[in-house]
Amino acid sequence: MPTLTYAKALNQALIEEMERDDSVFVCGEEVAKWGGSFTVTMGLLDRFGEKRVRDTPISEEGIVGLGIGAAMAGLKPVVEIMTVNFIMLAMDQIVNHMAKLRYMSGGQVTVPLVIRTPGGGGLQMGSQHSQSLESMFVHVPGLVVMAPSNPYDAKGMLKTAIRDNNPVLFIEHESIYNTKSEVPEDEYFVPIGKADVKRQGDDITIIGHLKMVNVALEAAKRLESEYGISAEVIDPRTLAPLDTQTLVQSVKKTGKAVIVQECWPHCSVGTDMAYTIMSEAFDYLDAPVKVISSANCPFPYSRQLEQMALPNVGTVIDAVKQMLGK
Amino acid sequence: MQTGEMVKEMSVEELTKLYRQMVLIRRFEEKTNEMYHAGHIGGYCHLYIGEEAVAVGALNALQPSDYVIGAYRDHGHAIVKGCEPKHVMAELFGKATGVSKGKGGSMHMFNREKRFLGGDGIVAGELPIAVGLAYSIEYRGGDEVVLCFFGDGAVNEGGFHEALNLASLWNLPVIFLCENNLWGMGTPVSKASCSIELTERASCYCMRLGKVDGMDVLAVLDTTRRAVKYCRNTRKPTFIEAVTQRFVGHSVSDPQIYRSKDEVAKARQRDPIETLKNLLIAEGIRRPDELESIDEDAQREVDDAVEFAMQSPFPDADELCSDVMDTEYFSAETK
Repeated sequence: MPTLTYAKALNQALIEEMERDDSVFVCGEEVAKWGGSFTVTMGLLDRFGEKRVRDTPISEEGIVGLGIGAAMAGLKPVVEIMTVNFIMLAMDQIVNHMAKLRYMSGGQVTVPLVIRTPGGGGLQMGSQHSQSLESMFVHVPGLVVMAPSNPYDAKGMLKTAIRDNNPVLFIEHESIYNTKSEVPEDEYFVPIGKADVKRQGDDITIIGHLKMVNVALEAAKRLESEYGISAEVIDPRTLAPLDTQTLVQSVKKTGKAVIVQECWPHCSVGTDMAYTIMSEAFDYLDAPVKVISSANCPFPYSRQLEQMALPNVGTVIDAVKQMLGK
Repeated sequence: MQTGEMVKEMSVEELTKLYRQMVLIRRFEEKTNEMYHAGHIGGYCHLYIGEEAVAVGALNALQPSDYVIGAYRDHGHAIVKGCEPKHVMAELFGKATGVSKGKGGSMHMFNREKRFLGGDGIVAGELPIAVGLAYSIEYRGGDEVVLCFFGDGAVNEGGFHEALNLASLWNLPVIFLCENNLWGMGTPVSKASCSIELTERASCYCMRLGKVDGMDVLAVLDTTRRAVKYCRNTRKPTFIEAVTQRFVGHSVSDPQIYRSKDEVAKARQRDPIETLKNLLIAEGIRRPDELESIDEDAQREVDDAVEFAMQSPFPDADELCSDVMDTEYFSAETK
């Protein structure tokens, strides 16, 4: 089976979907000639031409609105917002239009638009370029929010997002574009709303998304080898709608849960998951659900300070040990 | 073409249609105001009284397959573009028989089939979307155009500028029609724009500009027809400023403390309906009794719309969370 990077896996998904359906088109800043600032759209311009692969001006509100209008009229746009930090400029179009047009029109209008955008920190990009803003979209009814953590999921999830009729926020992560995994050559899809148990275990459930899945898996490995603790790692993959069933099933088995996220601690994906687990599996819990978040501050530039702001393998191990009284 | 010439060129049917549509909107909006204060309509409600010539003139320049999108003062546009008055009134009443099943309200009238895509409660929100609709037309190689309505307040929003730039940069067939009724809520244009000449707002976007007297339905029709022809032939966007007057407040609950009663009275002296009526009579195209009969017919249609709305049921409880998403997510099995 071939091994692909996360970026290449997304690139393949785009190629396959664009070849299959000529209503799929890509637009965004530097997606065409440059090939995407993270190489995800490399080669698409040569393959599909200018009409279907469009470089846009720096106009996030305009290009998201354009994507919405094109989707309403029957096309399948895949709009790239260079990083999630810039999506704030398009929040009105996303929250007040993309998420609501179907409902406000009594179901007449559909918006099968996919917005692809990477977030995340740890690369010294500074406060305005290091954020994880997925929580903002999970909060708004009417949006599917997907967040693949590895190349296999990335390809299968992007293909599903493009085929689906709903508006989708497809959140990637800047520092995992070069991570690799095996990706089947034959066509496959990863469904919306289905979490994945990335590692089976019995003593504790660790839930993470995007880059934190790798952190959780690394922590689980060391917990096993150094402390004999068997941790189950779950990747929700879709943040909205959330696969509550899989999370709760795991917690019923282990009795303990730690959630690790790059989001800030308040009103976040992780704190919301913790509430969901506590309200649905309270009788099975031996301890309150712990959420490890990024520090409650803007991300600093200076390298060591920035590393202190982010959750890491060490913080996950410490939290697990504490919960298990080790 | 001058209005005087147009009257001679157009058929009796066409002219009567314009007259009736304006009267229908006027009666509809007056009744809406009454129903609002009687407690049947709630929330925000922005009436089009005085501005009828803009929607009627402009929309009659289009083909049925052209797309229309607009702002929140949308009852008139919805009716002319093909929403039945009874379904618009039912929407205002929040009934299940409303154009949006009662879930949209005054600012969110839609008819997807007739290509009326709202209604938008966010000032300038519709402009980038209009550009996307036009993108889809060019993508598919069609000859349709998009008519995008917005008010004088929208020209200072960022989305306006992004949309006009994109439309011009990529040659997208949008007619950007600014309904300048001189007031953005309680703020006059002079206090909102560094230039009160709103065509100047669009002049840096490399597109053809037009300005028209929005109180003259034939002038609006003529100007829009020329803009539509240009847009359809060249596939380039264009901008029209239609100067109009709203005879009532910003919304039904606006006491209008920002302008004097004299100013409103002065504005009402040039009623677009009276203007056309007098012209049709003067030119011997319609007799006063014929026009009165049309007025009565329009009133009846509005009264029937109210009756329909009153009799219609409210949406069921399970409508609350339906139409939020397509909950049949894509799955490999059904691909």
